[in-house]
Amino acid sequence: MAAGSAQATSGVRTDAGLAVRLSAVRHVFTGPQGELVALDGLDLAVSAGSFTAIIGPNGCGKSTLLRLVAGLLIPTAGSVTLGDGAEAAPPRAGDGRTGLAFQQPRLLPWLTTLDNVALPLALDGVPPAARTARARLALERVGIAGAAGLRPRELSGGMAQRAGLARAMVTDPPLLLLDEPFSALDALTREAFDAELQRLWMERRRTVLLVTHSVSEAIRLADRIVVMTARPGAVASVLQVDLARPRPVQLTEPAAAEIDRAVRATLAEVHPPELAPWSGEAAS
Amino acid sequence: MSRRPLRRLAEALLSLAAFLVAWKILTVATGTPPYILPPPEAVGASALESIGSGVLWDHAAATLLTIVLGFGLGAATAIGVGIGLGKSLVIERVLSPYIVAAQAVPVLALAPLLDIWFGGGLFSRILVCALIVFFPIAIATMVGIRSADALLREMLRSLGATPGQVTRRLEIPSALPVIFGGLRVGVTLSVIGAVVAEWVSAGTGLGVLINIADQGLFDTPLMFVALAALAIIGLAFYGLVAFVERRLVQPA
Repeated sequence: MAAGSAQATSGVRTDAGLAVRLSAVRHVFTGPQGELVALDGLDLAVSAGSFTAIIGPNGCGKSTLLRLVAGLLIPTAGSVTLGDGAEAAPPRAGDGRTGLAFQQPRLLPWLTTLDNVALPLALDGVPPAARTARARLALERVGIAGAAGLRPRELSGGMAQRAGLARAMVTDPPLLLLDEPFSALDALTREAFDAELQRLWMERRRTVLLVTHSVSEAIRLADRIVVMTARPGAVASVLQVDLARPRPVQLTEPAAAEIDRAVRATLAEVHPPELAPWSGEAAS
Repeated sequence: MSRRPLRRLAEALLSLAAFLVAWKILTVATGTPPYILPPPEAVGASALESIGSGVLWDHAAATLLTIVLGFGLGAATAIGVGIGLGKSLVIERVLSPYIVAAQAVPVLALAPLLDIWFGGGLFSRILVCALIVFFPIAIATMVGIRSADALLREMLRSLGATPGQVTRRLEIPSALPVIFGGLRVGVTLSVIGAVVAEWVSAGTGLGVLINIADQGLFDTPLMFVALAALAIIGLAFYGLVAFVERRLVQPA
């Protein structure tokens, strides 16, 4: 934690992002009902500064994959490393290299929004004045500077989710992990969020791993779309999204429709149709 | 003072007046002799007398000291132990049989033993008081610590929080409402603990005053005065805990 936090607290980071590599990853959960193989034979390489969307139905191991990369889980077999070449090392939760935003905002109800966003800095022992200044900057970046003094219960769902995103970004980690962060929001708010996330990513090219259920969201945001197989999860295919940025909410290019078709075809191939929620989703 | 506190005060006074009137009617209507149920004015006179002579205050002060120190010691250890119990199943498995057994034995039965071990001084009275306060607060703390949201736990873990940081930042704040529930129960029990301890060994205290009034003087009005003083002390400490709770615990 010490080395990572020292780097994070300096506030000056010149690297553009962090590469991620998963090799022959297998992850087994052992519970009272026996064993559950969540991931098996998963290989994935993500280059520094890229935006990758991971798509697949519930229970295919997307969130497990993200928790392995965040260092919250240790793979049963195989390896997960962050960084390139000699710098490559397994992730450790709280080492300052990753920021994780969840499906729910997960704010501490007794802290103000500002203190919630400053929490990663407080845990690292950053002095109060410095962490307040940095938390304010993070709130400004996600567009809710005015909510600094409010408690989580006073925030709307969208504002709370922005606060969760600000907390993940406050240490300016080179790797941002987003676990369906917009799935609880209504469609319009979500589209606005996607546009902002694209803007934030274009401002600072950190590596982003976004877990999503939405094909259209994946196409709006990602350089590459990783389609996962059904459980036990592995990579079914990786599709390149070569569309110009900034991409509009409504993608009208024929190339976008082409990618949409390809993603859905892969999904239909690897998942039984009754488990395929995207078959009903309108292509955008 | 705004209108609302005034109104609440008026309600309280009205309820007290109704209680005294009903009491008076009961004594007159049933013709109960004063050594069994003294009328309110006899208790009032006894109260004024014992306040004037300083007797009531001397005994009350001794009881208050036992309660404050006993509750303080009991609550502090209970919260500490409760955090340990809540965080570690091993600690719970090892300690809980002893804690439950100690709670199952009546404090009245334990007090003479503590008296032998530690002598009949203030310390053994504090221990009796602390012992009776300990259980509800320790159990409330344990339950509260475990009630912390699993999603928030994972969030803190993803930020590399140490177990100590998780306790301070998440577990204690989420346990506070439950801990205060235990403190409310504990603070009323601390009055019982102090009186029990005084019955076993003490020269002063409201428990002693009740004994004196009962066996020595057959002074039922004085006994009522001592009981009323205990009730007021209990109410005051309960109110104090509730006040601190309102200051510390955020509405959810």
